[in-house]
Amino acid sequence: MSTLERLTARLGAALPPEAVITDPVRLRTYECDGLTYHRATPGVVVLPETAEQVAAVVRLCAEFGVPFVARGSGTGLSGGALPRTDGVLIVTSRMRRILEIDIAGRRAVVEPGVTNLAITEAVRDQGYYYAPDPSSQQICSIGGNVAENSGGAHCLKYGFTVNHVLALQVVTPDGEIVELSEQDAGYDLLGAFIGSEGTLGIATAITVRLSRAPEAVTTLLAAFTDIESGGQAVSAVIAAGVLPAAIEMMDALAIEAAEAAVHCGYPPGAGAVLVVELDGPRAEVERQFTAVERICRDTGAFEVRVAASAEERAAIWKGRKSAFAAVGRISPAYIVQDGVVPRTALPEVLAGIDRLQDEYGIRVANVFHAGDGNLHPLVLFDDSVPGEGERAEAASGRILDLCIEHGGSITGEHGVGVDKARYMPRMFTPDDLDTMQLVRCAFDPEGLSNPGKVFPTPRLCGEVPGVRKGVHPLVEAGLAEQF
Amino acid sequence: MDPELIKDCVHCGFCLPTCPTYVLWGEEMDSPRGRIHLMGQHVTGTPLTGEMAGHFDACLGCMACVTACPSGVRYDRLIEETRAVVEREHERTPEERAIRAMVFALFPYRRRLRMMRLPMALSRRLQPFLDRVNPSLGAMAELAPPPARPVRLPPLVRARRRRRARVGLLTGCVQGEFFPQVNAATARVLALEGCDVVIPPGQGCCGALSVHSGRPAEARRFARRTIAAFERAGVDAVVVNAAGCGSSMKEYADLLADDPAWRERAEAMRTLDLAEFLVELGPLADRHPLPISVAYHDACHLAHAQGVRSQPRALLGGIPELELREIAESAVCCGSAGTYNLFQPEPARELGDRKAERVLATGADLLVSANPGCTMQIAAAVRRAGKGEIRVAHTVEVLDASLRGLGPGTLGGAARRARGNS
Repeated sequence: MSTLERLTARLGAALPPEAVITDPVRLRTYECDGLTYHRATPGVVVLPETAEQVAAVVRLCAEFGVPFVARGSGTGLSGGALPRTDGVLIVTSRMRRILEIDIAGRRAVVEPGVTNLAITEAVRDQGYYYAPDPSSQQICSIGGNVAENSGGAHCLKYGFTVNHVLALQVVTPDGEIVELSEQDAGYDLLGAFIGSEGTLGIATAITVRLSRAPEAVTTLLAAFTDIESGGQAVSAVIAAGVLPAAIEMMDALAIEAAEAAVHCGYPPGAGAVLVVELDGPRAEVERQFTAVERICRDTGAFEVRVAASAEERAAIWKGRKSAFAAVGRISPAYIVQDGVVPRTALPEVLAGIDRLQDEYGIRVANVFHAGDGNLHPLVLFDDSVPGEGERAEAASGRILDLCIEHGGSITGEHGVGVDKARYMPRMFTPDDLDTMQLVRCAFDPEGLSNPGKVFPTPRLCGEVPGVRKGVHPLVEAGLAEQF
Repeated sequence: MDPELIKDCVHCGFCLPTCPTYVLWGEEMDSPRGRIHLMGQHVTGTPLTGEMAGHFDACLGCMACVTACPSGVRYDRLIEETRAVVEREHERTPEERAIRAMVFALFPYRRRLRMMRLPMALSRRLQPFLDRVNPSLGAMAELAPPPARPVRLPPLVRARRRRRARVGLLTGCVQGEFFPQVNAATARVLALEGCDVVIPPGQGCCGALSVHSGRPAEARRFARRTIAAFERAGVDAVVVNAAGCGSSMKEYADLLADDPAWRERAEAMRTLDLAEFLVELGPLADRHPLPISVAYHDACHLAHAQGVRSQPRALLGGIPELELREIAESAVCCGSAGTYNLFQPEPARELGDRKAERVLATGADLLVSANPGCTMQIAAAVRRAGKGEIRVAHTVEVLDASLRGLGPGTLGGAARRARGNS
């Protein structure tokens, strides 16, 4: 009997019936998340309903030295929830209760499987919403948002998940249930946990900030003949001192995909469209709108449309938010990247991506959060053509190099996961990476919590279950302490 | 299961929150994305296991995922093909086989349904007993509506004003037997709006039940017969007032794709949902005020399969003094789904309870839907919740009452209920 089998035999006592999946056909449906490029059939899947059940499973993993991976809705785009064949996949999709709504205190407490949009839907009638809005907000889970520190179109003005989570209940890698709060004195452990991609434990209850819905929202769509003039408009808007709720750009190929998918009716013949959303007090929005419209026309927009109703606003956003999946209409397969560059470097990086298209003979559709320089190049390929997948992969790597060269980062909001772990050494020195590992080891000395993610190769505290690595040189030299 | 269609899925997960079984159970294998993954496993060599078949059977076929999918995955075609594979390759238990044989020998045949009316009406009292014998029998007893007075429709109803179209009317099996007043109202409304209505006596089942249950050969037989009946009628369009029937009739050309002659005949037949047709035609007859609040329920085969959402709302909204209310989670199936509430009674009941709760929360006087299955399903769930008989009507009955200047009291089966009690 393998270690995993012995552990599985004891899961029944910790969980309700029907919460343990061992049938191989069923297990395989969990083999990947939103990134299908990486696949691994989990050793066993559990569907707990409470924090205590999560803790019980994690304690068993700790006892047997078996790795575990947390998964929410399985929509991540960096393979952060890629299972371990020798481990337990802890799926939070049945933990979807909203535990508390406190409008006066502007907060809500939810379980990790609650979807991002469900929070907004629960408080919309009272005039509130949950601000971070990843494109997958109707299905992505709040637990996953915490793990990835997810962003979204409106993060330009309102910040990322980390700015909207006030407290967490966390199951640590040894199975203890602890509370982390922004009110804690001392080190910002809450900040360390958010965006840790499942390597520091599993969030089992999340206290989120509720934001007051703005008095006025105006959404405009500007169409340009080419992406350069669109880029100029973005810089000019920010330079004019306007901070829009969102500025999003899509290029011709991305527009073509969105059009095919959701018939969003963007102006025909556009080489790029810019979606600009302004929100806040009505007087301010009106003033900013006049400025933005003028800037767009000055920089060469041949059409500027304003959403006259909630339906028209939704139609404009539908084109943008469906863009990733919509690419399925124009290409059999694609890789979505998540590089970040300084806004000022946008034109140069986009030109560089253009050159890479020719060099590798593949197409790249660009969809991005232009306001904060967060690019989402979609590298299109046909996986039935031998070698094309590899070419797409190589081109993706070069795009990330381009971002790093221009002082940017390999990820803005999708996380490093398994997909970009090997690019970490291009951005960080071995010392940087070792220091990050020390943080990880403080929480997870056995390396059981989502091993194989974020870091390129196991360096410390045993990525392989049950095998202890030696003391880290920094610890040995007395320069760092391992908790 | 066409591997090319399977490949269209990019695994984004946007379908998950719209899938009724994912909403209930939160499991990947009971979501559209997970089911497509299972189909992928099967076409790449994994034999069809009992577990797999169970997850396919648990799909309601509501097509909410088709509406939600940004990649344009044809889940409708995938699940249809998959159901046929399940019927071919999966060995069902004798009990399952018996229930299925009974349903397929009964529901597509109006005359047989008519013979069953009395036993079904009596069976409601036996429901707890039947439920213990077999949950499917219990569900059947629970769902059966009180017997309705039969309505005999003439083969031709002439336009009551300047003739604008000549249309054929599909009377349907369950609609025709359990809700004959809906067909009568349809004929009256169409005539008042200037249509000659042809009701071919030779029409039978449209084949929807078969095509949605993995019985393509039987479905093709019904389809050919229906096409022939309406060809003889010589009409501009065939108007359908039952969502499930309309959705399959619109797909006849796909169903008969392997038979070029019949495919052409299928393509030549123009099928429209009644609400779709009336909005396209434009109103002519006077709408009289109808002071009543109405909760409109989107039937999946109308909203998701045919994309008909705005038209019924426009028709109802065009009636003076009628107040239209929206039901929360309107895109989630009520659990009826053709034969689903008979073959999968447990999840169907859970979904029915969920829907009933949201319908009751609207506080509307009347529940309106365009599918007989939904109406029976929600009415049964309301009874189960101990809230008595909910007033239900088809969109066209409401329109009929307005065109004829009848009061709101005539709607929602109040009269029928009194009869049922007598």
